Amino acid sequence: MSVRFCGIELAHPIINGSGTFDAIAARRAFGDTLLDEFPFAAFVSKTVTVEPRQGNPPPRLWEVAGGLINSIGLPNKGLDGYLAQDLPELARLPVPLIVNVMGFTREEVARLVAAFAEREEVAALELNVSCPNVETGLIMGADPRETAALVTRVRPLTTKPIVVKLTPNATDPAAVAAAAEASGADAVSLINTLRGMALHPRTREPWLGGRTGGVSGAAVRSIALAQVSAVANRVAIPVVGMGGVQSGGDAADVLDAGATLVAVGTESFRDPAAACRISRELESLDRGQARPPDETPKQ
Amino acid sequence: MSADRRTLAPFGRRRVPIVDRCEYGSYVVLRCLDEAGPAPRPGQFYMLAAAEAWGGGEGERPFLPRAFSVLRATPESELHFLLEAVGPGTKRLGALAEGEELWLAGPFGVGFAPPAEQRRPLLVGGGVGIAPLAIWQDELGLDATVLLGFRDAAHAEGAAVLAEARLATDDGSVGHRGLVTDLLIQELDHTDDARAAVYACGPPPMLEAVRALCAERGVPAQLALESGMACGYGACFGCVVPTRAGYVRLCLEGPVLDAELLETALIPGTGHG
Repeated sequence: MSVRFCGIELAHPIINGSGTFDAIAARRAFGDTLLDEFPFAAFVSKTVTVEPRQGNPPPRLWEVAGGLINSIGLPNKGLDGYLAQDLPELARLPVPLIVNVMGFTREEVARLVAAFAEREEVAALELNVSCPNVETGLIMGADPRETAALVTRVRPLTTKPIVVKLTPNATDPAAVAAAAEASGADAVSLINTLRGMALHPRTREPWLGGRTGGVSGAAVRSIALAQVSAVANRVAIPVVGMGGVQSGGDAADVLDAGATLVAVGTESFRDPAAACRISRELESLDRGQARPPDETPKQ
Repeated sequence: MSADRRTLAPFGRRRVPIVDRCEYGSYVVLRCLDEAGPAPRPGQFYMLAAAEAWGGGEGERPFLPRAFSVLRATPESELHFLLEAVGPGTKRLGALAEGEELWLAGPFGVGFAPPAEQRRPLLVGGGVGIAPLAIWQDELGLDATVLLGFRDAAHAEGAAVLAEARLATDDGSVGHRGLVTDLLIQELDHTDDARAAVYACGPPPMLEAVRALCAERGVPAQLALESGMACGYGACFGCVVPTRAGYVRLCLEGPVLDAELLETALIPGTGHG
């Protein structure tokens, strides 16, 4: 099941979605067994911003039919804290590390990319473009020109693969993906969460401290599959597909829709070792038979 | 955090059989057999889901597992959990019968720390929050004074899971009419404050009353808190509670926190069911 992704050799195609698994915290809960049975073929770390963030006020979660809405607000130690505390720990994981970064201006993103450009612990960078550019007021990943300007700005800063994490809250994610590709991105990943809201049962005010949040889980699987398919049909660069994957069969759907890798997120909340099970189930599927006989399997 | 307050969990979740289900008034105690798991520390918790009809694939709610402090662990590898059917998750778990199965992950979090020498433990519980006090009483023995508060007589039947408890009910149908914190004030008035250590678990208003009372009298208190959580092991960042040191993930740093870390125990977002 080994797979090549942007020149990185991976043991299998299952990774995690950024912000859905904290390998450092999980090691505190499970001990070193976690490293022996590490569930992902590459580890994507939680979004790093230039400044530390404490995240949104609670409540941060609301369960919906087949999923949940989260409003976490990207808590992290900031760039300096990540480099000093998190990176040395994450470098000890038995798999390649992909660092996810987000800035509120292009220059902030450039500063983050430059900080990791030469770090040998880092295999690739993922750009979280689901936030507004405070200088233009546009969501960086919701507008193809905005995305192109960002990727053009950071592309010369590193030779490491750059993955653009697309938002599904865009008119045409495939157009954004095409703009990222044309500006030098090495891969795209999708979907991020879909915006959603819940009301407090009694007060009728928004339940979540951040008022709205992102919907994930089984409920978004069919939406994710459609977006992965649309993007994969539009670009030639590899696609990391995710959204509601709970089984090897779900992962096979994402791969057959055109993805090179599949990320597992919310299912890891339900079962810490879900990705191990999904890899096993995927491997046991006779997927070669499912393809049309004239189609060459992807690398 | 000292290692003896945290037993590490086996990685992943385990499918375990229910070996007994019994009712105590408004509450259900589920007993399951966890032969593959380690013994938990008092105050630690597990994430539970019914093995069938729980968000599988096309899932309706419940979808996420639910966090339960362990009520009791036996030398025969039984784990007991106390629950009250208040939402789709607890209703589904409460409907499980002997022979059916659970998904279980844990033990997670850090439990209670023993009282300093010369301090007498006072265990204060409210409603379904009495659960972690039972396993803590099992370890501390009968030197611990137990004060429990309930809404009414049907809920007060839950007191049977602990030994020798003084009771309060909101409607006065059992024990003292009023709040369990009334009983705590009486106990503290009869004890030198310098010789008491309080352990509490219950609804946020009760915990806040205990926290404020103990802060005022300089009595050390450990509070077992609740916060809605999706995973139990630090992945989702959903269960943060505000402390004097900023937000902390309750699943990693708690669920038992020193009361002095908190400005308030009124944690938003509990009781989603």
